[in-house]
Amino acid sequence: MSELFDLPSDLQHSYFGLVMLHLREALLPVLFGLLVALPLAQLCVRLRWLYPPVLWVTTVLYAIPSLAFFVILIDYTGLSELTVMIPLAIYSLVVLVPAIVDGVRSVPQETLAAATAMGFGPVRRYVQVQLPIAAPAIIAGLRVASVSSVSLVSVGMLIGNQGALGNLLNSGMIYNQPRLIWLSVVGTAVLAVLVDAALIGVRILLTPWMPRGARKNTRTLAKAAAR
Amino acid sequence: MIRIDSVTKRYPDGTVAVDRLSLDIPDRSITVLVGPSGCGKTTTLRMINRMVEPSEGTITLDGVDIMKQPVNTLRRSMGYVIQNAGLFQHRTIVDNIATVPRMLGWGKDKARARARELMERVGLDAALAKRYPYQLSGGQQQRVGVARALAADPPVLLMDEPFSAVDPIVRKGLQDELLWIQAELGKTIVFVTHDIDEAVKLGTMVAVMRTGGHLAQFAPPAELLTDPADAFVEDFLGADRGIRRLSFFPSVGLELLTAPIIAVDATAEQIAARDTTDAPYLLVTDLDGKPLGWAEPGELTAGEIRQDQLLSYGRPFIAGTDSLRAALDCAVLSPTGWAVAVDGEGRAAGVVSQQTIGEAIRGAHAERRADGEAGTKADGKTEKAAR
Repeated sequence: MSELFDLPSDLQHSYFGLVMLHLREALLPVLFGLLVALPLAQLCVRLRWLYPPVLWVTTVLYAIPSLAFFVILIDYTGLSELTVMIPLAIYSLVVLVPAIVDGVRSVPQETLAAATAMGFGPVRRYVQVQLPIAAPAIIAGLRVASVSSVSLVSVGMLIGNQGALGNLLNSGMIYNQPRLIWLSVVGTAVLAVLVDAALIGVRILLTPWMPRGARKNTRTLAKAAAR
Repeated sequence: MIRIDSVTKRYPDGTVAVDRLSLDIPDRSITVLVGPSGCGKTTTLRMINRMVEPSEGTITLDGVDIMKQPVNTLRRSMGYVIQNAGLFQHRTIVDNIATVPRMLGWGKDKARARARELMERVGLDAALAKRYPYQLSGGQQQRVGVARALAADPPVLLMDEPFSAVDPIVRKGLQDELLWIQAELGKTIVFVTHDIDEAVKLGTMVAVMRTGGHLAQFAPPAELLTDPADAFVEDFLGADRGIRRLSFFPSVGLELLTAPIIAVDATAEQIAARDTTDAPYLLVTDLDGKPLGWAEPGELTAGEIRQDQLLSYGRPFIAGTDSLRAALDCAVLSPTGWAVAVDGEGRAAGVVSQQTIGEAIRGAHAERRADGEAGTKADGKTEKAAR
């Protein structure tokens, strides 16, 4: 059994070590993307005219191949994890910004009016009313962004040993060992499924107030946003 | 008292939503703003808690300009109920109701205890406390909305078409409950609706507004129905305002006949002895005195009176409690043209014909007219034509 997970020494990691590295390289950018997307989305909700150009910019950024980012970033951040994670964080915006904007906009007018009439200031209203109600849509966006990030990390192998599980693909080809390629592909897929499942768990914990039927709707919403 | 003093709301694009509106809203009563859509009634309501700020004019609350108070303090001193309730879907019912007390710094336990107390007051089952809004019906949600507005015991309640999204039966229940809560708590309620029937039913005073934000008439509902200020108000009140106005005339003075009432076990002599000069029909009651139905005297055979042979009496009205409108309705519904009056326990108290009700209506009109003349003379105003 242990032979199955034995890796060539040039990878400098155990299989488990690669899995953890993969998770870190995939999820830190999404987290960072979320931190940028939250205020950006709020700005887009407040200033309606800003939303189309922001959407346009995030889409264009998403269309830039990661290789092009690497070429530019290597001068500044070298052959490091950071060089892989920066483009991933930028890519996550294309899903997260619309997910948050749509989520916050989906809060019913009556609810907002009621909150205002009860003496909620704008900040309190955003934190205590709009964000919690937008949570399902935001988490749906996080699911799409995280899964896509997990699969994208593999490109990191192009700049030396920064592709985590992706590096196994390279090793598998060099040493002609299909086992390594399977370990990479299956490992990445399982990881993506697990991350997705974990986020579903988070959503269920955070939103006991959602009717069952409505849960599907937020998913289709996020998928529409992802497109 | 809330005093709205020549208030105008003009939007940047030049639209005038409310035009030099002046209104004195009396304390501890329900003032209804009613009118077609675009008449500025919701804008007016929202200016009272500064969700919309007036372009000109002033609004004072107990003599203090509302613009001189911190906006959120002002809002927390006024309960607000909105169409579709606008509940916080991510909070439980009890936490929804406890929102304002919590913001005012109450402890969690105290605020929740208050919330449970209010649930009872608005007729919500305590078992619903831990539920979320999506688990409640529209009518229940609206009750939560009312409870939430009452939570911090504000002196003023602003209600923006609160009952217009629920079905008519639930709406009637909510309206009755509001009147009951109002009688109990004595809040100053400003109520917006587009439904004139709701306005007439709930309002102590009714302000009819017309498109463009003008006040067409401000009067108690009975006066509105008797004496609409102009063609617009008359039109808005609808074709049957005469009938609706009868709601304000009590049936107390109505002359009830007891002679045509006969029990189901009456003997042949008793049947024959009934005086039928005034009433062509006899009302048969059961042994408790509850009405069963009408019969022609000649058709009755002592000891063999069967209910399925009797004519339906439609629906009874409660003598003294119900209005002349209810009495007339019963007479119209009854195939014999006679209304059945019952007491509080449902026992027949007497019968009355359409003709007698008609006389009572004429009498009531004459009385009102005399009152109205005395009133206007005392005010020293010119008398309007009493219609």
